[in-house]
Amino acid sequence: MIHRLAPAHKIAAVLLFVLVVVATPREQFWAFGLFAILLMGSAFAARLRTTLVLRRLTIEIPFVVFALFLPFLAGGERVDLGPLALSVDGLWAAWNVLAKGTLGVLASVVLTATTPVAELIRGLQALRVPPLFTSIASFMVRYAEVIAGEMRRMKVARESRGHNPRWIWQIRAIAASAGTLFVRSFERGERVHLAMLSRGFTGSMPVTQASEPPRWSFVTSASLPAVAIVIATAAWISS
Amino acid sequence: MDLELSEQAGQENQPALVVAGLAFAYPDGHQALFGVDFSVDRGERVALLGPNGAGKTTLVLHLNGILKAGRGEVRVDGLAVGKSTLQECRRRVGLVFQDPDDQLFMPTVFDDVAFGPANLGIRGEQLTRRVGDALAAVGMSEAADRPPHHLSFGQRRRVAVATVLAMEPDVLVLDEPSSNLDPASRRELADIIKGLEQTVVMVTHDLPYALELCPRSLVMNNGVIVADGPTRMLLSDDDLMRSNRLELPYGFDPLSVPPAVRVRQPGQVAER
Repeated sequence: MIHRLAPAHKIAAVLLFVLVVVATPREQFWAFGLFAILLMGSAFAARLRTTLVLRRLTIEIPFVVFALFLPFLAGGERVDLGPLALSVDGLWAAWNVLAKGTLGVLASVVLTATTPVAELIRGLQALRVPPLFTSIASFMVRYAEVIAGEMRRMKVARESRGHNPRWIWQIRAIAASAGTLFVRSFERGERVHLAMLSRGFTGSMPVTQASEPPRWSFVTSASLPAVAIVIATAAWISS
Repeated sequence: MDLELSEQAGQENQPALVVAGLAFAYPDGHQALFGVDFSVDRGERVALLGPNGAGKTTLVLHLNGILKAGRGEVRVDGLAVGKSTLQECRRRVGLVFQDPDDQLFMPTVFDDVAFGPANLGIRGEQLTRRVGDALAAVGMSEAADRPPHHLSFGQRRRVAVATVLAMEPDVLVLDEPSSNLDPASRRELADIIKGLEQTVVMVTHDLPYALELCPRSLVMNNGVIVADGPTRMLLSDDDLMRSNRLELPYGFDPLSVPPAVRVRQPGQVAER
């Protein structure tokens, strides 16, 4: 069902949810537990596979590593944990980053796993994100693979002619390829523009699917941040 | 008003496309066209043949006003291509480019096919219908919600044709429609082109393809039209072929196959 929600509603709901999570005081562990249950509930409702969610969560790893350093690096009061003397402030900060970061990423995973990229862009359009940004995003999505393919073919062509760079001074061919790739992409840009002009493009992207999203989509989407706000408010009161 | 009048006049006696005395030089001084003259009747299918660098693509880019004629003019159904008529000319003349990746730039096939008609101000039900019809015409209805880069090359080429058909053009201009297609995709595209009622101008190096689809051909070289006639006759003229760097595939005899016939559809204007 989450798959069929209007993308604009979903994006707004996730954004609001993340803001609420970030604003929740870090001392209220139970609140974060509830947030997590809320998200896992929606992931379950969307029938997302656990492996998929876990795999996508790995994008958070650099932040996790950063958070793990905090207890060692931060100053202030120390607490002994076996042989280690950890900073209390650092521990709190690490918890803060980990909990809020993971919840934020999990929310985005639910969003992106239930919404095709094209829909996401349409959602951003509906949310009045400037058309310049949404067009750039959609062109990027469309041509990333074309350009990557071109890059791959150039690499294969280089290597087929015995190019096997081991030393820094052999990098010249790669630099030349990068330059060629840039010029080619630029020329492709020009050709795409011609193709657009040929179909009557006058400078702004037409909105092709402007159907009014149903009310239940709004209500369902809004329930996520609404519940989160209740939890956060309770957390604030009890802190 | 004027527009409507000329269109009505066009229904009766105007050729679909008239190119008269067209000359063009690129800003860097390279002159690509030296006075091109020809006309194409409504419903005709014409192949534009010629070696690389003959000026074929330059000519094609004039047909819907992407390039501005240095001298001479292009008329589409009696309407001169110019600044004030640009949008209407681009609706009437649909260009299908050689590389479908240049033509398909929207996130989904539906959006891409809808791009042209939406630029013409068509919205809602009517837009959905046009996209549906265009995709059905090229047999790609199933792909509407897929991103173009997930389609095979042949499928992308067909969708590229649909993006132009959705604008309901009078003249369809195809640049190298059979290039890079496997034989089955090539034939499928030929079947689609044969089923179209529009006037078709087709730039190609694939001479058997020209013979199969186009009863008439134009041969272009060095920026001028050097021959204009029945495809079969031109292809079997050895001197003409050799002097214009045109070559048939090994063992291919244009006289051994039946010539292209334009099958007339009911309710269509008679052929000449």
